[in-house]
Amino acid sequence: MHALTVDWIPNGQIGVMSLLRPLLLDVVPTIQQTAALALGRLANYNDDLAEAVVKGDILPQLVYSLAEQNRFYKKAAAFVLRAVGKHSPQLAQAIVDCGALDTLVICLEDFDPGVKEAAAWALGYIARHNAELSQAVVDAGAVPLLVLCIQEPEIALKRIAASTLSDISKHSPELAQTVVDAGAIAHLAQMILSPDAKLKRQILSALSQIAKHSVDLAEMVVEAEIFPVVLTCLKDKDDYVKKNASTLIREIAKHTPELAQLIVNAGGVAAVIDCVGSCRGNIRLPGIMMLGYVAAHSENLAMAVIISKGVPQLSICLSEEPEDHIKAAAAWALGQIGRHTPEHARAVAVTNTLPVLLSLYMSPESSEDLQVKSKKAIKSILQKCTYLPALEPFLYDAPPNILKHVVGQFSKVLPHDSKARRLFVTSGGLKKVQEIKAEPGSLLQEYINSINNCYPEEIVRYYSPGYSDTLLQRVDSYQPIIN
Amino acid sequence: MATLARLQARSSFVGKQYYYRNSVVDQFRKKENDAAVKIQSWFRGCRVRAYIRYLHRITTIIQKWWRSYLGKKEFRHVVQVAHYTMKMNLYNEMAVKIQRRWRGYKIRKYCFNYYYLKEYLRAISETNDAIREALEEFAEMKEREEKKANLEKEEKQRDYQARKMHYLLSTKQIPGIYNSPFRQAPDPWELRLQKAKPLIHPRPKVRQECSTSLSDWLACTSARSFPRSDILPPINKKKCQGPFRDFNEVLEQRYKPLEPTLRVAEPINQLKLAREELKREECAQNVNDKMFFPFSSYHKKEKYTPSIHSSSKYGSDSYGEKQFRSENPKKWICDKDFQTVLPSFDLFSKYGKLYSRAGQIV
Repeated sequence: MHALTVDWIPNGQIGVMSLLRPLLLDVVPTIQQTAALALGRLANYNDDLAEAVVKGDILPQLVYSLAEQNRFYKKAAAFVLRAVGKHSPQLAQAIVDCGALDTLVICLEDFDPGVKEAAAWALGYIARHNAELSQAVVDAGAVPLLVLCIQEPEIALKRIAASTLSDISKHSPELAQTVVDAGAIAHLAQMILSPDAKLKRQILSALSQIAKHSVDLAEMVVEAEIFPVVLTCLKDKDDYVKKNASTLIREIAKHTPELAQLIVNAGGVAAVIDCVGSCRGNIRLPGIMMLGYVAAHSENLAMAVIISKGVPQLSICLSEEPEDHIKAAAAWALGQIGRHTPEHARAVAVTNTLPVLLSLYMSPESSEDLQVKSKKAIKSILQKCTYLPALEPFLYDAPPNILKHVVGQFSKVLPHDSKARRLFVTSGGLKKVQEIKAEPGSLLQEYINSINNCYPEEIVRYYSPGYSDTLLQRVDSYQPIIN
Repeated sequence: MATLARLQARSSFVGKQYYYRNSVVDQFRKKENDAAVKIQSWFRGCRVRAYIRYLHRITTIIQKWWRSYLGKKEFRHVVQVAHYTMKMNLYNEMAVKIQRRWRGYKIRKYCFNYYYLKEYLRAISETNDAIREALEEFAEMKEREEKKANLEKEEKQRDYQARKMHYLLSTKQIPGIYNSPFRQAPDPWELRLQKAKPLIHPRPKVRQECSTSLSDWLACTSARSFPRSDILPPINKKKCQGPFRDFNEVLEQRYKPLEPTLRVAEPINQLKLAREELKREECAQNVNDKMFFPFSSYHKKEKYTPSIHSSSKYGSDSYGEKQFRSENPKKWICDKDFQTVLPSFDLFSKYGKLYSRAGQIV
């Protein structure tokens, strides 16, 4: 009995089920418990085996005896339910159909913390799949008991209860509201300070799933006074705690400017930027998106991001990350920062990110999403950029649709600034502009004309292509004056 | 007759002469008449022309005066208009000056306060620095704690090892393995072994069967149970050297409860006390303290003191006379009853909207 391991089981699953099923009804309680444990391990390993458990009609028997037996049996039975329910929504639906939810909820009221943990885990795996199953779990009355479980002293139980609440509230705003109405937020917020890293992961994930649905829910999460405590979680050693903490801050910041303002005032932007700097890979992604959301709301917030030294960090992310979706997120965030006013565009342009963005847009290896996002970012920054040294490289290697904007910006800035005009001539920009071919009457031609109007005619003619040829032609056709 | 003949001969002459003289006179008269008419017409013409000249002069004067009047009116009108325009221009300019200053002030104070924005951004960067410092400190503290915990764990492990290997300690005769005679100083493990207390095998604990019956579920709940033992575990106190008795025995003797003899169990005036107690009990049951007096006039000299309840100068107290639900229509001020259903008021519909947005950065 005790030596039953999974690797030993060959393809005769159905045979195994029919062997184990009568053992569940045995008189000796130890045999029942061990049979249940074996079933659980089998179902945990493979979803075919789990389906075989369901088809073998074992679940009703388990559910019936769950109500009556001692705690070891309850734990084993809850383990079986969890193992079956985790594979797919259909199997979870089968568990719900045989009435297991009520018995699991009764197990949540048990005195033994191990039983509570097993029951909460099973409920969590069931509720994870989709919104209907979550609704079924909520309708069975699990949420208040889960909130009570969170207050228990055992850390493992707290972890599992928090993860179950997170799975329930992630599907829809109504489910999140149900969790909030049971008073979960206050308890979750208290436990952010706990030293256990896995518990913090689950708590932060639960809070972020609650806050992501609507402004009211996000405000309720904020009212639980998580700031500035959450910022300490950004400095945790565990990577997933950092990721979940930045996810939570992102979900709060994305709703309204007032919430973003609150986060900025609490110094959250600096903490997130430091966190982005210290992680690598996918862990950075929520932090980058949070900066983008904050900057997108208004220009004052974007300026706050800039003075917190966010732009150099984002350009580092853009250049050194290998994955395309993280680069796309960094490009989007930079575009949101730089699009408001010339000051903002200048702050982005001085860090030399524009050539990087251009190269990402032009390279054929970037994914489509990355190309689209970098193009949008370049466009929105260029339309406000008046920092000419950053614009000049664009004259040389930009595609025509971006070149139009660059030349437009030059035509706006040059008529008013004499030093810039001089620099433009000496750096060879005027020569390049003359070489651009544009259709007469198009916007590009108008911009070129307005640039040419800034300079005296001889200089324009001097730099126009083929000027040396016309000069030589004049030499050829000149009649020397012979005395 | 001659005269007749002469007259008749002269009659045609007379007639001719008459006609001739008449015609001459007539012609003369005609000429004179014409002349007179001419003179008269000329004179009349002169007179009329003079009159017309006169009329022209008068008319000119009238027209001159009328035209001057009109012109002056026009001029006054033009001057008025010019004056009005000049005034309005001045007012407009002044209004523009005021509006310019007001608009600048309004934008700078309410819509976009540049200095406030700069101040705000500076405050943000300060907060950021503070938070960064605090987080650095926090991370450092955590690291220190972790290191300390690791060190302590290692120390504990080494201590445990030393306790287990206590038998390797060197004695006077035989030096232990950590105390080789060829070394200058003994190995640190030697010192540790000297300090360690030897490990004793734990006595097998008597397993208590914890019953999980429903009746003592309070005891089983892990959060709320505390150790259920009658005797608390003893404090690790060193026994003082000398002929002292066992401490527990002394305590038992000291706090032995009193066991009085039968004689001391009851007080000596028990009977009297019991009688008084009986009297007190019966007294409490009486309605009237003064029991029946011997003669009816015994208490007629007493003045009647009305009770406080009925002797207020504002009318009698309503306790006992009036009921809570009774109504006295004579005392009502108006004939309408209280409103039991009040119209609702919205308390929170204007929440957040009444506050002004002055000076906020959004």
